[in-house]
Formats: sequence, C-alpha cells, structure tokens
Amino acid sequence: MLIFEHSRPGRRNHSQSPATSAVADKIPQNLLRKTQPLLPEVSEMDTVRHYTRLSQMNFSIDTEFYPLGSCTMKYNPRACNSLAMLPQYLARHPLAPEDTGQGYLACMYDLQEILKDVTGMAGVSLTPMAGAQGELIGVMMIRAYHESRGDKSRTEIIVPDAAHGTNPATAVMCGFKVVEIATDKEGNVDMAALKAAVGPKTAGLMLTNPSTLGVFEKNVSEMSRIVHQAGGLLYYDGANLNAVLGKVKPGDMGFDVIHINLHKTFSTPHGGGGPGSAPVGVAERLLPFMPVPIVGHEDGRYYWVTEKEKPQSIGRLSAHMGNAGVLLRAYIYVRLLGRDGMHRVAEFATLNANYLMTALREAGFELAYPSRRASHEFIVSLKNIKEKTGVTAMNLAKRLLDKGYHAPTTYFPTLVPECLLIEPAETESKETLDAFVVAMKEILTEIEEQPDMVKDAPHTMPLRKLDDVKAARELDLAWKPHSE
Amino acid sequence: MPFIPHTKEDVAEMLSRIGAENIETLFDEIPSDLKCGRLEKVPPGLSEMEITRLMMKRAEMDGVYQNFIGAGAYEHHIPAAVWQITTRGEFYSSYTPYQAEASQGTLQLLYEYQTMMASLTGMDISNASMYDGASALAEAALMAVRSHKTSRRILIPETVHPIYRRVVRAIVSNQDIDLVELPYCKESGQILPESLDDFAKEEFAALVIPQPNFFGVLEQVDALTDWAHANNALAIGVVNPIALAILTPPGEWGNKGADIAVGEGQPLGIPLSSGGPYFGFMACKKSLVRQIPGRIIGRTNDMDNKTGFVLTLQAREQHIRRSKATSNICTNQGLMVTAATIFMALLGPEGLRRVAAHAHANTLDLVEQLEALNGVKRVFSGPIFHEAVISLPAPAQAVLQTMKQQKILAGLDLQEHYPSIGNTLLVCATETKTSEDIQNYIQQLKKALNA
Repeated sequence: MLIFEHSRPGRRNHSQSPATSAVADKIPQNLLRKTQPLLPEVSEMDTVRHYTRLSQMNFSIDTEFYPLGSCTMKYNPRACNSLAMLPQYLARHPLAPEDTGQGYLACMYDLQEILKDVTGMAGVSLTPMAGAQGELIGVMMIRAYHESRGDKSRTEIIVPDAAHGTNPATAVMCGFKVVEIATDKEGNVDMAALKAAVGPKTAGLMLTNPSTLGVFEKNVSEMSRIVHQAGGLLYYDGANLNAVLGKVKPGDMGFDVIHINLHKTFSTPHGGGGPGSAPVGVAERLLPFMPVPIVGHEDGRYYWVTEKEKPQSIGRLSAHMGNAGVLLRAYIYVRLLGRDGMHRVAEFATLNANYLMTALREAGFELAYPSRRASHEFIVSLKNIKEKTGVTAMNLAKRLLDKGYHAPTTYFPTLVPECLLIEPAETESKETLDAFVVAMKEILTEIEEQPDMVKDAPHTMPLRKLDDVKAARELDLAWKPHSE
Repeated sequence: MPFIPHTKEDVAEMLSRIGAENIETLFDEIPSDLKCGRLEKVPPGLSEMEITRLMMKRAEMDGVYQNFIGAGAYEHHIPAAVWQITTRGEFYSSYTPYQAEASQGTLQLLYEYQTMMASLTGMDISNASMYDGASALAEAALMAVRSHKTSRRILIPETVHPIYRRVVRAIVSNQDIDLVELPYCKESGQILPESLDDFAKEEFAALVIPQPNFFGVLEQVDALTDWAHANNALAIGVVNPIALAILTPPGEWGNKGADIAVGEGQPLGIPLSSGGPYFGFMACKKSLVRQIPGRIIGRTNDMDNKTGFVLTLQAREQHIRRSKATSNICTNQGLMVTAATIFMALLGPEGLRRVAAHAHANTLDLVEQLEALNGVKRVFSGPIFHEAVISLPAPAQAVLQTMKQQKILAGLDLQEHYPSIGNTLLVCATETKTSEDIQNYIQQLKKALNA
C-alpha cells in the first residue's frame, strides 16, 4: 500500500507545522498555486508505521550479510552517526562565518591530512559528492593541467575494459574521447594494448587497482612509466582502496590524481544509494587545479581556501563543501580505527576474501582467475553451470536472497560471463562466511536436483521476480489518484 | 581490533585453509617496492568514549546561533520522526536497490518521493534525486543541450544563486557549452521580460528561471516561460520546494509550463549541517523522460501479478551505456530523499503550506520592522517569498560582526557576489523564528548601527 492510499482529506499533524493564520496575500495572484499538491494527509503514527514497515522490506548491512562486490559493504559504526548528528554540527549554516565553525573545520582539516598520508598524495580536497563526481573532478584537473601548458592536442582518455561504467561516462562528460584497452587472461591490463593506445593524444589513463576483477595490477609501475613518458597523467579510481589501505599508497604507484569512495573504504553509510562522498587527492603538479573550497590552517585558525587563493582551480562542483555530514562520519571512523586499525583494514578484508574464495572453490564453484590471489574480492563464474543447467548468475543471486543473504554483484565486470563479484568486507566474522558457503553449497545441490525452482527464485521475499520489461515499456513513474 | 571480529584461532584456521603462512603472504602479488611503511600522520586509535569527548568539545567550539541566513540553505523545523525513521539500519545501511526483491522498502519510498516531487513541481515525472541543487541545475543545462540539438548556449539570469552559476559553469564548460548571463533590473530585483528582447535573435537551448530568485524576489515566470518557448528554447525552473506549497508550480508557468524543474531539496527535512549532504531534485515533462539523468523507479508487477517497484530506464545509465550514458551519475542521495519523503508525508499539503506562509509572513514582518530603522532600506521592489535584500547605513561586515557577538547571524553580505550592490544583507526569517526573535534582531541591529 502506498502512503497516498492511507490519506484522508483533512487529516493533519497539528504539532509538526506552525499554528499560524498567515496567508500569502501580498503575493500577486498569478504567482500563487491554484491546486494543492498531491501529498498524503496522514497521521504521524500512520507515517511512522508505513515507513517502518517499508524499511523492513529492505536487506541491509545491519540485517544481512551483503557481499556486494565492488561496493565494500562493511559495518557502519553507530558512533559515526550519532556524533555527526550532534546539534551544533546539524545547525551550522554553510555560509556562517569561519569563526563560528572552528570545531567543524578542524575535523575537516584533520581528515584532509589523514587522507593525504593514507594515499600518499600532496593535496586532498573533500568536495566531491560521490565517486562519479570525484572522477569528473579528477578528469577535469587532468584537462586543466594540459591546457595550462598550452597542450590542447590531448583529447583521449584510456580506460581498461574492466573499468566501472562511470570511467568512460566521466571521460565523455569532460569532453574526451574514450579509448578502451583489453584485459589479458590473467586479469591484468594487456600491456601491448596499452603501448599501442598511448601517444601524443593521450591525456591520461584511468585505472582501478586492484581492478574490478579482484586482482592487483602487477605491472602498475610499468604502466605509470608508459603513460607518463607519453605525456599523459594517471588517474586512480579508488573504488577498491579497501583492498590496499595501509599496504600500498596510490601516490607511490605513480598516480597523479585519485578519488576515494568514503562510503566504501571509510564506512560512511550507503543509505539506499547515497549520499556518497569522494575526496580527490592530487600529486604536486595538480595542486593548483584542485576544486575549492579546501580547509587551510594557520596560527591556530582554520579557514576556507577558495578561488581567491587558487585562481587556477577547476572551480566548485557543489554549492558548499560537498557532503559535509558524510565527511564528519568518515573522520570519526578514521579516528576510531587509528593508525593500527587502518593497517588492518586491507589485511582482514583480504583474509576474508581469500578464505571465502578457497571455500567456494572447494565447494565446487569455478573461479574466474584461479591462479591469482584475491584482493578484497573475487569472481565466481557460472558459465559452465549455465551451459549444463540453464541456471544463470542472476538465478543464483535471487536464490541467495531466499537464504537470507544479499546477492553478490552480478554481471559486472562484463567481460566475465555469468559472473558473481563477491566482496566480504573485513567486518564479517568467520562464522558468517562459513554459513554463506553452506548456503552456496545448498544452492549448488538445488541447481542439480531442481533447477526450475532455482530459476523461479526468489520464493520467500515479499514479492517474486519482478517484470523489468513491463516497467520500462509501460512507464509508471508517479502515482495518480485515478490510476487505482 | 576495532570493527574486526576475528579471534586468533579464526585467523589461524583461515590461513591454514587458504594455505598461506601469514596474512602478509596474501599480498605477495604486490611488488614489494610499492609497499608502504607505517602511516605516521594517522594518530593512534581512540575509544568510543574518547572520540565522543573530542567531537563534543569541537561541537561546543562551534556554538549555537540564531540564524537569519538563507541564501540557498534554509532552517526549518524537522519533525522528530523524520530522522528517527531515516536512520533505521534498514534504510541507513542498505545500498542501491539493484536486487529489487530485497529492496522494496527503498524502491517504494523512492516511487512515493517521485510522485510527491512531480506533483509539487507540477511536472509529469521526477527522478530519484541528484547530488544537490547546484549540480542538478548543471545537469538540467546538459539535458537541455542534448534535447535541443542545435544550440549549445544557455541563458542564465544573474538572479540565479551565484554559487549555482559557478557550479554550472564548471560542469558544462567541459562540453563547450556557453552560459550567457542575463542582467537584472536594479530596481525590482527581477529579470524584466522586455530585457530578453536583445536576445531574441540568438538561439538558446534553454532559459533558466529562478523562483524565488537569489534575492528572494519572485520573477515574472509566466512571461519568461512564454518567451523561452516562443524562441525555441526550453524553460528550466529553479525552485524552492517549500515555496511550491504556495507558489504556482513550474509545470503551470506560462501557456505551456516549464520543461524542467530543479532545485535544492534541503528545505524538506534536511539539517543545514555545513552544506551537506543535501539533495537536488529534478522533474520534467514526459517528452524528456529519456534525456533525464539519474535513477528512476518504476512500478511494475511480479510473477504473481503483485505490484512492486524496480529501477527502470537503466539503458540511459553509465553501468549499461558506459561512454554513451546521459550522465556519469550513478547514485542518488538515497538517505536524504528518505528523510524528505517522510518529512513531506508528515506535513502533508496543509502543513507544508503553513510552513511556507509562516516563513513568508515572518520575513515580511522582519523587513517591515527593518525599514522603520533609520537608514535601513529594502533594496528591491519586487514581491518576495521568504528572503529580502536590505541596505544598511554602515559597513555590512562590521554590522555582522557586532550581531555575531550577540549570537545572531544577521544575514549574508552580498558584496562578494554582487560587488556593486553596496552595504547590503540578504536576510531570511523562516517559521523557526518567533516574533521575540525578530524583535531581538531589530533591537540588536539598532545597537549595532548606533555603535
């Protein structure tokens, strides 16, 4: 039932809106609304029950194991939320003077410094509001760098075919042409393809390392050399930073610009798909182009660094300083982890991934890259199972829901057929991983014994398989009172 | 080990099953010359008690002020239920609803949100939200250029939020799109429809129309929308969602209605919190549905013909279309929209109207009392919603400083954004201000001016 269907004309929550007789009679008639908007007229209790009930229809980290590859679904510590929601932080207006926000700015400055150390970059700006915006800002800085040198011939960005779709989409949004390069059998970027792709038109290479195939690009230093020699810059997509946090710094791998998904590696909430937050880090030569504002610190005072101090900045990509409240949560998280905790993140994420990979291989699942170590994630392919039984990766994913597990990422990366990208974050215990293996084994047996049942999954969710084709063909994007 | 549950025995068993001697072995594919040493600048870990003390100390440094600044971020009362429900783990710690059957809560909520926003803006459809108001406007500009095909120019009034204009410029200039700024009438604080005559011979993909504009002034939206359509340009409305409870929605502007409506969703139950996370909203006419960026939820059926909800029109999006996507955006501001939907449900049409009308009345009251002070004037003659520009007989910065000592943030000095505007403040009194608060503001300002 929709909230609108609980609505009764005239019902209202008297305590939550002002007791006022104010009317807008000074506003010209033609500017005034003639009909009331379609908002529900429901009591507070109806509202609370309705949305509580909806929440119960979600899988979440707080309720289920959520091994969604490439998304780093780790536990979100409660303290990060409650402390970021202290009244003073919530009440602070973004345009309030600096001296009324020294506490908040101190947290942001500290976070910048910590992220610099963790990534090995010379500067960090916290403004990007999501991974894709971090990418956009990164590529904009690459463009600004070349243009500042009068080098306008660099029109191409090289992207491996295993990359997230945001990489090529971002390059295009930034006015570049995308050159895709292939992956070799071991899951590394094909070095011959890279060498053939670089040239005087190369503005940069966007690379995720470890890659979305769940393996570390061993040749990263060589790649860096090739791209730099051709005059291009190296972009690090930090989507998989959790795998190497405290082990390898992107700056040491030769990257010129990076983004960090705080909602992955730094445990800020995924919130049903946002808000994200993706600070960018830059090497020395890109410092002048960083997006503003940045937080500066001098003589015990914190202040905004803006366009005035950074005239070559690519500018502002959000009205203020990005997703400030998300940044606070990340800050609290890094302080709770501390130095030692930070080193442990990649260690235990990698331990969990390799353990689960081993256990699933022993259970009879086929790995996409059996000769490689898993990073913090790995890929299982159902290609042979599909050929034999017709059961697909998506079928297995839906069946996992029945068993109380969120599905791994399916059909990404696209170059591995019938793939499941599995990422058990470091916050999961051995018992949880063992229980997941049991469930996966059960499904393997079910696939042999009753494949049709698996194909029709899920069976225990509030709804059965949903019709995507109908949704796209008969678009119904907003409820109308007469549509029932 | 913070947030890591492994016991020593667990680690030993896991390593033995993997066949690795120790954890470090698992990193043997990383060239050893790349491995980093200790993270020297990361301080040692704090306990929950210690971090609580630190965060409280810093929060106290920031203090609490009576806030009369608006300028795109507005203080409104947020009912207690909004964030109590929003921060339930099932909303807070879930991800993008890729597995629809395990995400019906988020999906249905987003469908309800789309319904509310489409109706509030008077448009056919809404997406599931964008990053913030400024970037939503940039995306609307890109969308207009995609659908226009011949023009890559956008006409944008100087009465649009100055920071929004900067953000739009930063984003669209990557694609060789021109922003042409349209001057405003210094007397009324509006765009005069006749000022558009100069541009009638040129081709534009869109005209941006703010309502209310950055000065709080209401634009002549009907005439502006009709001008855009007569000149083969789209009309993009930039609107305040609270104001829409009483103002004509963009879908009803002029003869044909605006084509795209965007804005900052923050006033709908999102705390000011230093500027984010907020959310941008975007709604449009049905004819533009395949050009709209961002996530969209559709209603459909399951195998048993029961109603359910899914992500739809994904063929526009980056994970399918890669370099040919409508945008690189792949998230919405899910949690913020969760709060906004609950906020709108709790307030309902009458509650939202009261918030808007009361904020309007409060600001009129404040401005009236300000005008009674010696040398204080309202700068623009155009009708206002809940903000106004006032001029002061003293340097604005000095006045703001004095007021701040009395724990009042008296408004925004416009000098930085409009250098020729003089000693002015943009002031806003939402429904959160009582008549005593307004009285106090007036008394303190009087003192500050006499000082």
